[in-house]
Amino acid sequence: MTGMQGVFLFAAGLILWAAFMMVTRQNLVHAAFYLILALFGVAILFVLLDAGFLAVIQVSVYIGAISIMMIFAVMLTRGDVIEEDPVNKNYGWALLLAALFAFGLIILVGQWPAIASLPGAFDTSRDLAAELGVALFSPEGFVIPSEVASVLLLAALVGSLVVARRQKGK
Amino acid sequence: MSFWSDPIRVANEWLNGLLTDLLPQAWATLIGNVIGVVVVSSFGLILVIFLIWLERKVAARFQDRIGPNRAGPYGLLQTIADIVKLLTKEDSIPEKADKVTFNLAPIVSMIAVLLIWAVIPFAPGWIGTDLNVGVLYIAAVGSFGILSILMAGWASNNKYALLGAFRAVAQLISYEVPMLLTLLVPVLLARSMGMMHIVHDQSLWFIVLAPVAGVIFLVSSIAEVGRTPFDLIEAESEIVAGYHTEYTGMKFGLFFAAEFLHAFTVGVLFAILYLGGWRGPGAEQYPILGMVYLIAKSSIGYFIVMWVRSTLPRIRIDQMLDLNWKVLTPISLALLILTAILDKMFAETALRAPVLLGANVLVVVLSWAIIRVLSRRSRRERKVFKKRPEARAV
Repeated sequence: MTGMQGVFLFAAGLILWAAFMMVTRQNLVHAAFYLILALFGVAILFVLLDAGFLAVIQVSVYIGAISIMMIFAVMLTRGDVIEEDPVNKNYGWALLLAALFAFGLIILVGQWPAIASLPGAFDTSRDLAAELGVALFSPEGFVIPSEVASVLLLAALVGSLVVARRQKGK
Repeated sequence: MSFWSDPIRVANEWLNGLLTDLLPQAWATLIGNVIGVVVVSSFGLILVIFLIWLERKVAARFQDRIGPNRAGPYGLLQTIADIVKLLTKEDSIPEKADKVTFNLAPIVSMIAVLLIWAVIPFAPGWIGTDLNVGVLYIAAVGSFGILSILMAGWASNNKYALLGAFRAVAQLISYEVPMLLTLLVPVLLARSMGMMHIVHDQSLWFIVLAPVAGVIFLVSSIAEVGRTPFDLIEAESEIVAGYHTEYTGMKFGLFFAAEFLHAFTVGVLFAILYLGGWRGPGAEQYPILGMVYLIAKSSIGYFIVMWVRSTLPRIRIDQMLDLNWKVLTPISLALLILTAILDKMFAETALRAPVLLGANVLVVVLSWAIIRVLSRRSRRERKVFKKRPEARAV
């Protein structure tokens, strides 16, 4: 076992444990903190794959923005402790579906030939962030989808301002 | 390469040789990396002890006092005495607090600052890890600081601490906007997000090409740290200070130390992004000189932070928000667009520096004029209230 495999096993264990703790907590804020931990584990996996850009984006988008927004939502709404048992009555059906799904996934992934091979050496000399930027904004690349997405986000921003703004005289 | 000109590389090669003799290569690399992490973070933590003394001395000079002068020569050991005092204080945890989160928050707050040091280029070849997305990384790990404040405020189970945390997060998130926009200006000028690349590209310091962005970066970074005049998020001098109201002893000390280290880190980042980092005569041949240059340049930014802190009073929350959303954010947006267009148009020509400098001057003059016109108009529109009857002595 190499050091990197040790780190991978640690990160994988962290993700699974944090995800399990997240769905079983009664306290919503605790659940949010465990979600952050699980997402941080995913960032470690990206680092192990030499995908530094994705790892940083994972931290900044999920841990930074989304988790903090979620915590805000939880804190601003009423009551963070659920009195009753969080387990649903229909958990038997859910368990069956989940088991079937997991079973299917294991079979599918097991048939994939690349599963047994180690990842090949990665060309770290390429500046992947720069290549991504060029692909996003070059006319031969994805400039129209990315611009459409930015216009959509801008519209959402302006729309939320209009909705939140107090009208004059009211 | 002798030891005195490049101690880090010599020590690294010696350690690497020693470890590869004893262990397989993969484990040697891992242990080498762990030792690197310990060295960089210990440097930061030891630096804090010195910084607290320095800040107290400098603040004392500004206020015409002497400052700490009892423990050790020039009071140098004062901070160590303070640490011992903090460690012996009672460690009180509120009965209804969320204990794990409560204890974790100061640690996360320290980690958030130490993580930045992983991508700081101290000298040629001296860098924790030269990420090609270094600038983005700095922005990303900043969110751990916000997280630690939320954790502290929520776990204290005290409504004033929670309100303080909300107040703090509101300020930190708002001032992140101009800070990130002005972080992007050096990225545009250097055409890379790698910290080492940005330093290498500054044969002409970026403060010359983008002075306004540099100033906005420094101002919004002071707000990110939460120092005077932006210290309304954690009024340290008051009893109900903010998110760390319930913390005592060394746990409060950790928040405090993280703030000090963050303030110096702001100076370091300012030096790297705008003052040319470790660049200076002879730094390429003797990397240890680069370290000296970096510390000297960082002290400029840090001194400005201390100067502002001991000069200006605390601002109100409406002034804080107005400054951010009505002044700093529009100006930095305009600067970013102007820099992107002009730098592309005049790239590789002799006109690049004068044109960019001229654009900066233009932005300053225009925004000053707009502010003047708007403030005059708002003064005219302000309602004139009827004079109240005065109380007179009969």
